[in-house]
Amino acid sequence: MQKINNPEQLIEWKQKVLSKRPLYKKIIVVSSGTCGQASGSLQVIEALKHELEKRNLEKTIGIEITGCHGFCELEPNIIIYPEGIFYKKLESKDIQKVVEETILKDKIIPSLIYEDSKTGQKISQQKEIPFYKKQMRVLTENNFRVDPTNIEDYLALDGYQALANVLFNMTSEEVIAEIKASGLRGRGGAGFPTGKKWEICREFSSDTRYIICNADEGDPGAYMDRSLLEGNPHSVIEGMIIGAYAIGSSEGFIYVRMEYPLAVKHVRIALEQAKKFGFLGKSILGSEFQFDIHMIQGAGAFVSGEETSLMASIEGRRAFPRQRPPFPAQEGLWGKPTNINNVETWANVPLIINKGADKYSEIGTRTSKGTKIFSLVGKINNTGLVEVPMGITLKEIIYDIGGGIINNKKFKAVQTGGPSGGCLPAEMLDLSIDYETLTKAGSIMGSGGMIVMDENTCMVDVARYFLNFTQEESCGKCVPCRVGTRQMAETLTRITQGAGEEGDVEKLEELAQTVKAGSLCGLGQTAPNPVLTTIRYFRDEYKAHIVEKSCPALVCKNLIAYYVEPEKCVGCLLCLKNCPVDAISGERKKVHVIDQELCIKCGACLDVCPPKVGAVSKYTGKKRDRILKKASKLRALSESDGIK
Amino acid sequence: MSESNKDQRELIHMLHDTQEKFGYIPAHSISQISRELKISESEIFGVLTFYKAFTLEPRGTYQITVCLGTACHVRGGVQIVEEMERKLNIKVGQTSSNRKFTLETVNCLGCCAIGPVVVVNGKYYSNITIKKVDAILKEYQESE
Repeated sequence: MQKINNPEQLIEWKQKVLSKRPLYKKIIVVSSGTCGQASGSLQVIEALKHELEKRNLEKTIGIEITGCHGFCELEPNIIIYPEGIFYKKLESKDIQKVVEETILKDKIIPSLIYEDSKTGQKISQQKEIPFYKKQMRVLTENNFRVDPTNIEDYLALDGYQALANVLFNMTSEEVIAEIKASGLRGRGGAGFPTGKKWEICREFSSDTRYIICNADEGDPGAYMDRSLLEGNPHSVIEGMIIGAYAIGSSEGFIYVRMEYPLAVKHVRIALEQAKKFGFLGKSILGSEFQFDIHMIQGAGAFVSGEETSLMASIEGRRAFPRQRPPFPAQEGLWGKPTNINNVETWANVPLIINKGADKYSEIGTRTSKGTKIFSLVGKINNTGLVEVPMGITLKEIIYDIGGGIINNKKFKAVQTGGPSGGCLPAEMLDLSIDYETLTKAGSIMGSGGMIVMDENTCMVDVARYFLNFTQEESCGKCVPCRVGTRQMAETLTRITQGAGEEGDVEKLEELAQTVKAGSLCGLGQTAPNPVLTTIRYFRDEYKAHIVEKSCPALVCKNLIAYYVEPEKCVGCLLCLKNCPVDAISGERKKVHVIDQELCIKCGACLDVCPPKVGAVSKYTGKKRDRILKKASKLRALSESDGIK
Repeated sequence: MSESNKDQRELIHMLHDTQEKFGYIPAHSISQISRELKISESEIFGVLTFYKAFTLEPRGTYQITVCLGTACHVRGGVQIVEEMERKLNIKVGQTSSNRKFTLETVNCLGCCAIGPVVVVNGKYYSNITIKKVDAILKEYQESE
């Protein structure tokens, strides 16, 4: 491969790529990100290749292996073009039929197409599925079209044209002005205006400036950055090169979380290819501009997502945050001005240049522009990554795109912003999604994780989960965070164990304010948010745990009991066989009984009891007390029997 | 910034390589890296114990990682960990006495749609229930 030396060559290359493409009759696109591969996409690809070869169809039917299509719930899935037929949850054994029926005879296989869980309507076209129909896929659209390991696919879709445009037609100042005019704000959490950030960094005089792509996506439940890097890494790289040109930097870093092996692999391949083609290195596209990117693999520390910690980690030190100011734009990596943006922010940059700031800023609200990718997970029907315009309501995302709550349960809360965010209740469903509104409600936009919770989720347990998380991930440098998160986690654990005391909630609130005010970095400053929002919106649940020693959602182990309803049990032995601690006794066709002292409350019995029997129940509060009392009486009786 | 300080950026990279090669960070590697990068051994020790990726003890042949991200948590990830602990008779972070299994948890693998998720040496298992734990372990218990 030869380097591309000027913008004309880039266009020639694009045409060359397009012209040498085989004219396939149909193309089968296989979603094969981490979720896809975990669900068996690789086996599907093998089966497809085998089947096409067997029938001598490899020349007429193409297979395109792409990153994630976002509809993780239905992985592995394929789309057959040009028709756009969407097949879900495929297995190797389905492939023969797919080729025979759909590829050869253009017949749709009803059992493989999407069925709306609410209306029962069957939909064959990918674009017509409600999950996709209501999205605005701008950043993620190319995930359908690009083989992330092949730069030619990206070039064919006008890849690196924005870079050529910037290098040859715009000054650095003009690029910054364009990004500022677009209204783009950081997608990593805080929402700082990106153009302004670049400008500040550029204004500090220095011989060296660095830029960083923060791909240390540590918020549990958020994985849009992973999907972008896995599915379309060149869009991020192009964004970084444009940013480097605007800021005046010649060296950049992508810091990728080590828990994302596929993203690491695809970034590595993409960087090599970009170097070969001359998009990185000396005299990029024949211009005088030079820039290079190194990939750094994280080492498993949540705090390294914080910008000053991340820089310490790149320098090879412990990922400790430090006091700001000086801000990274002033004194960053090795003391030089440094600009950090997250993956999604960088991916927006080529888009803005291509579309123009005016067009881009038509999307969104007055203060929040463009689209945002959310990961919609938890107790929701259509789990996956959704890209929506800013300003959409939570309700539209959860009900129109997400298809509502699993098993038609009642919606209880949605958690946004990961461990730094908060839980918003049903009354907040009409909130518009933009930076300001979410912050006002006590949560944050964060990186875009959206975890939906139903009536079976205990909000005190959720707060405990997050505080355990931040407590464990606190780096320990400053006292308010190190000690404060620990105290909060311990108090919450106590409450969920039924040992809560009057005044605990007030103590938590006081402590939360101290930790917020006194912590050094974002981790500590936002760690109390899950506690504060759950107290604000679900105070009754805290009360139930503390005063009545009950868990209304039936989650907290110490406050519940599993019970086999004698009138429902058919004596099938299933629960008995599956109990990991042999706590269930009984015989075939006789009522089974759980020994409450042996029971570890793992829930296996409830899982295996056939739904139409439904004999295993969970109880809390007074009913639980009665069950325990009865059980201990029974035990005493059988023990005295044994003595006789 | 002096050149020697810039060498430190290689440290985490070298630790990753060492961990991959030996399955842990042996003492002699720490001395070797210390000489090569001109960083004190105590500094290296501080860095490697800070990050979860590095261990001072050898790990088992099969590394079992149970995801405890929020989505896996609300879908019952904790129960899976507890079942693993019972079945393997070790706690999270420990290695079984025959050096076959190491049990670990992770805060999110980013495949929340298919949780609870378990990964064994890079192979993903999705939608895990307590019932499925046995079958996963058997796959590896019998192999040599």
